[in-house]
Order: sequence, then structure tokens, then C-alpha cells
Amino acid sequence: MATIKELTYLPERLSGGHRLCGGCGASIAVRQVLLGAGEAEVVSSVATGCLEVSSTIFPYGAWEGSVIHNAFENSAATISGVEAAFKSLKRQGKIDPERELKFAAFGGDGGTYDIGFQSLSGATERGHNFVYVCYDNGAYMNTGIQRSSATPQYAWATTSEVGSAQPGKLQRRKDLTSIMADHRIPYVAQASVGYWNDVVKKATKAFAAEGPAFLNIMAPCPRGWRSDAAQTTELARLAVDTGFWPSFEVENGEWRMTMPAKTRNGLTPVVEFLKPQGRFKHLFKPGNEALLEEIQRDVDEYYAYLQNRCA
Amino acid sequence: MTIEQKTIAATGNGIVAEAYRQIEPDVICAYPITPQTTIVEDFAKFVAAGKVRTEFVTVESEHSSMSACIGSAAAGARTFTATSSQGLALMNEELYVASGLRLPIVMVNANRALSAPINIHGDHSDAMGARDTGWVIFFAENAQEAYDHTVIAPRIAEENLLPVMPTLDGFITTHAITRCELADDAAVKDFVGPYHPAHTLLDVDPIMVGGFANLGNTYMKIKQAQRTANDGALASIKRIADEWAGLTGRPYDHVEGYGLEDAELVIVIMGSAAGNARAVAREMRADGKKVGILKVRCYRPFPTAELASALAGAKAVAVMDRSDSFGSYAGPLALDTMTALFAHDLHPQMRRYIYGLGGADVKLDYFRKVYADLEASLSGASDPGLTYLGTD
Repeated sequence: MATIKELTYLPERLSGGHRLCGGCGASIAVRQVLLGAGEAEVVSSVATGCLEVSSTIFPYGAWEGSVIHNAFENSAATISGVEAAFKSLKRQGKIDPERELKFAAFGGDGGTYDIGFQSLSGATERGHNFVYVCYDNGAYMNTGIQRSSATPQYAWATTSEVGSAQPGKLQRRKDLTSIMADHRIPYVAQASVGYWNDVVKKATKAFAAEGPAFLNIMAPCPRGWRSDAAQTTELARLAVDTGFWPSFEVENGEWRMTMPAKTRNGLTPVVEFLKPQGRFKHLFKPGNEALLEEIQRDVDEYYAYLQNRCA
Repeated sequence: MTIEQKTIAATGNGIVAEAYRQIEPDVICAYPITPQTTIVEDFAKFVAAGKVRTEFVTVESEHSSMSACIGSAAAGARTFTATSSQGLALMNEELYVASGLRLPIVMVNANRALSAPINIHGDHSDAMGARDTGWVIFFAENAQEAYDHTVIAPRIAEENLLPVMPTLDGFITTHAITRCELADDAAVKDFVGPYHPAHTLLDVDPIMVGGFANLGNTYMKIKQAQRTANDGALASIKRIADEWAGLTGRPYDHVEGYGLEDAELVIVIMGSAAGNARAVAREMRADGKKVGILKVRCYRPFPTAELASALAGAKAVAVMDRSDSFGSYAGPLALDTMTALFAHDLHPQMRRYIYGLGGADVKLDYFRKVYADLEASLSGASDPGLTYLGTD
């Protein structure tokens, strides 16, 4: 992989001046992922959401390559149509048969785990040559922090409130990365914007794959996480270091842990990841110790499950 | 000068699939749904036999079908699909995106009832759900018209930057075998011509499609431009259809009358039942009755002036709708017809009927009853109100 210095010479794909919040993980995810395309031209589709509304405000656009926004639930289906058109026009000689293009689809966790899941699964099964990128911040942040199937258990969200009758979201999050790996596509990976080199390395593999690839990128949202904007990358690293968001990849069916070297001697307790975030603050009130223990247990179980699949 | 044509026996879907093969779109994204299915099945055979170079994308839902069509069309490919009923309803959101982005997608719809209760047979409920979406919508009386509408569709779409939906009635037209004239392949290719979109996602200079028009009145200006394009499309449709009519010898008008030169009692109707209406009108005219029918072929944009002009001599008009617009005064075609008449200061006696929902029989006696009602209306009979035919 390129060094960070070499990466600075690559074209900027998402220009400054977009309207995403300070400390937003989504724009970091887009920039890191698109570095993986190297010099290649990329046509992107983007699902309705923070990333879309903040980067396409007419008459401005932050995307340096061609981009299409269609709707919320169909970023994958839309890019599958673009890719099909490219294939057809190239085959018929209606565009330069030498022309090389990469295709990427972006969506948040709401647009990917929930409403866009069918569209993603379908486009993936059909084998279109594209990279799907989910920037996962664990809730419907664009509409105001409503719970999604990616929202962690016991997190506060505006549709999974914290009160005397319930401690935030009751259900566990969906393991989308494994589900996508079970589509048996060439490349699937989970990474976090806290580790830029891990994201770029995985994005490079994803863009190089022949066929569909899926990247699930942890992208903190200071608004929704009730966290300090300056702490985004630190939280994104803690997500990995604690095993809350393990870094792994599945390359041509081979599962592989890609955790940072420092976790070799054990994972950081998950409370280190939870504590700086306001959405978990109720868990640190006396009486809720069992909930924290349950979260830790769940993290450990999931990590063991992954290690087992990677064994 | 007419082109070479051969007479074939075909189902409506069969000849629509032939039109798709002759046009050979760059991309077709489609999903199966009764009674559209045989269109995509036939096309799949053409793909398997190597008769077309089309990229055939068999999507996992109608929502993804139109979503992928939008991506494909934005990438500059001539893009087709086909659907029906629940499928058209499922992609409703995307119909607005296609027209709002001004993408010239062509989609044949096999007109069918909507759930609930579930019913797979023909009526116009599904297509009527698309009437305000900004798509050009045709209704065919028979397989031949469905074929002609399909052949002219891409040129209409590409010239006006509007998506086009030729429709044919489920089962009655999609599945019945009738005599059709199939134009020579090369003649269709010549007529349709190559497609050269102005801007595409695949251009070397990047473009942005579908940005956020949330500030000021940008959104409203874009909608106004859509309104202008829809209104202006009528002339373009007529010109393109006339060109095709000149090649085939089959005339086209947005609205087509029968007996209107002297008719006092007129039935306005769309789709396959126009033939039943005409048969009754013919029989009654033989008995000296001044009756006629007006068939609407182009439903969107609605040919308001043409319709009003064709009905100028009518003393009583009955509109027969094959779908209802629940809660409104009448069925959708009746609402459009009354608007056109009022806009042109015409005030015949009006009667409103709903017929043939979910494939219910359309009996010739219904038309005789409607003409009798119209005759009675001229002798001062009161309006019985919106009437469902054949439910008693």
C-alpha cells in the first residue's frame, strides 16, 4: 500500500466546503475509501442522508467525480444500473472500449442495514462490479438520531428513548458485515475511520476486486453520539480497540482478523468506548452496572465468534 | 411511403417483446409480474439466443427495477423496463425521480387491478396511480396499438426528456392472440435511430445528478420546467406518431372518434373496451341512432383541446372509467373529460360510470344501457350519480 505521503499526491475526491458537521466521520470515510481507487475515475451513487444532503446542495457539488443521488433505499440498485449501462455501451462500442471506470455506492446505516438492505443484497447477488460503502454511525442521524438496526444495544436514540421503563434501545445490533460476507462475494471488510491505513488498504482491495465488494466503515457522529467533535478519530479507534467494532476482512471466502497490533495483548474494556459518549451516559448511573456487563459480554461473544470464523 | 410489414398472430405481450427486440435498448432492468411476465420472458429468450446486445438486468424488485433504470438512463443508456399493478405501485416513488431527473426511460405497463383484495386481472387502477407522476402515458385498444406506442416511445422520450409508459390491458390485450402487423426490423431501427444524450454520468467531465434543490425556488423552477415539457410534448408526440403512421399506414390521433360527425350521445373510453363500445355504437347507428365513441390514446399529457373539440357537437357525454378515484366526484378519465369540457365552455349532459374492475366482464348490454341513460338525460332524467356497471 502507498505511504501516507504518497496518498497525499492522489486526487482529492470530496472537496472541502461541503456542509457536513465538524468531526463528522462520513466525509472522512468517503475520502479514505476513495483513496483506495488510486488514480482511477470513480462514478458514485449516494443514498439520501447526511452525506448526500451536505455534499450536493444545488448549485454546488463536493464530488469531484460524477455522482448520482436517486433516493434513500436504492443506492446499490442505482449504481447497478450505471454499471450495467457502462458494460452495455462499452460492449457495443458506443463509448471508448478502453475506458476504465470504477463504481461506488454510499449509504449510511439506515440506508444500508434497514431500508436499503434488499437493494444492496440484490445488486450484490447479481454480481455487478461495484464497491458498496456503508458509513455506519449507528442511527438515522440525518432525520435526528432515530434508532436503526445498527444502533448499539442500550444506546439512547430519539426513537429508543431512555426512561424509567427502558434503558435506550433494547435490541442488539445487526451484524451486517457477516451477512454481506455470506453473499460469497469477492471482498468484504469492516474497518473504522480511526485507522486510515486499514481503511485505505481495504478500499484498495475492494476496488481491485472483480465483482461486488462491501465495506462497512465505522464513522462516528458527534451530534448523535453526543460526543466531542475533536474526539472522532479517537472514538473510532476505541471502537476497534475494544472489540466493539472488530476490524476484519473476508477475501474470496477467507475470513481474516485485521486488528491493530496493540490488541494482541487483549482488548480494551468496552466502557472506554462508551464513556465519552452521551448516548450511553445513563448506563454509568448507579444501578445499571448489569447493563454494562451485558454489553461487555456481548462484545466478547461476538469477538470470539469472529475469531472462530477467522480460525 | 410505407415500410415492409408482415402479418403475424401475436399476443399483446408477444408483439411488445418484438418491439423491444427491434429497438434493442442498451439496458433493460426488469422484474416479473403477472400479466407483464411474458414480455420479459420473451426478451430473456432473445438475450439467450444472442439476438440482442442489450444488458439485461434481472433485479430483485420493481423498486430496484426503476432505480436501476434511473442509474442506467443517467449513464446515457437507452433504457427500458416493463411492469404491472403492484409493481407499478411499488416503484411509484421512483416514477417521480425518473421524470424529475428528466430521464427518457420507456416502460410498458400491463394494466391490472390493485390489491386489496388481490386480483390479477385487467383494469386501469395501476396506471392511474401514475397519472400525476410526469410520465407520458398511452392506452392501447389492442396489441397493434400497444406495438405502435412502444415503437414511437423512445423517440418521444428522448426528444422531450420525459419517461414514457405505453400501456395495454392485462390479459385481454396482453394474452389474447390477435392479428398484428409487425414492421421490418431495419425499418424500426431506422425510425428509432441512435440515441445521443447531452450529459451522462460516464462523460469524461463529471456531472452531478439528483442534487439537493432545497434552497430558494430552485425546486419550483424545475417543476415548472417539467410542466412546460409535459404540455409541449403533445405536439411532439403527434409529429412522431404521424411519422410512424406514414410508414405503417395506421393513423394516430391523441383522441380517436367514431361517429362523431353527427353523434349526439358519446361514450368516452380508453383501452380494450373501446372495441366493445364501438361495436354497440355501430349497431345502434345502423338503426339510425346518433351515437358515437371517443377513445383516448394519449392520456398524459391529457389532450384537453383535442378532446373538447371532438366533443363539441355532443349533447350528452358518458365517461366510462376502468378504475375509480375514491372520494372524488368521478373516475379519473371523467374528471379529465369534465375539466376539458368546462375549460372550453362546453356543457353537455354528463354521466359517470365505472366498469370492468379486476377483469369483471364488460358486456355489450352495458354500453346499450349507457346510451339509453344518455338519451334519457336529454329528456330531463336526473343524474343517477356515479354508477358501477354489472354489480347488481
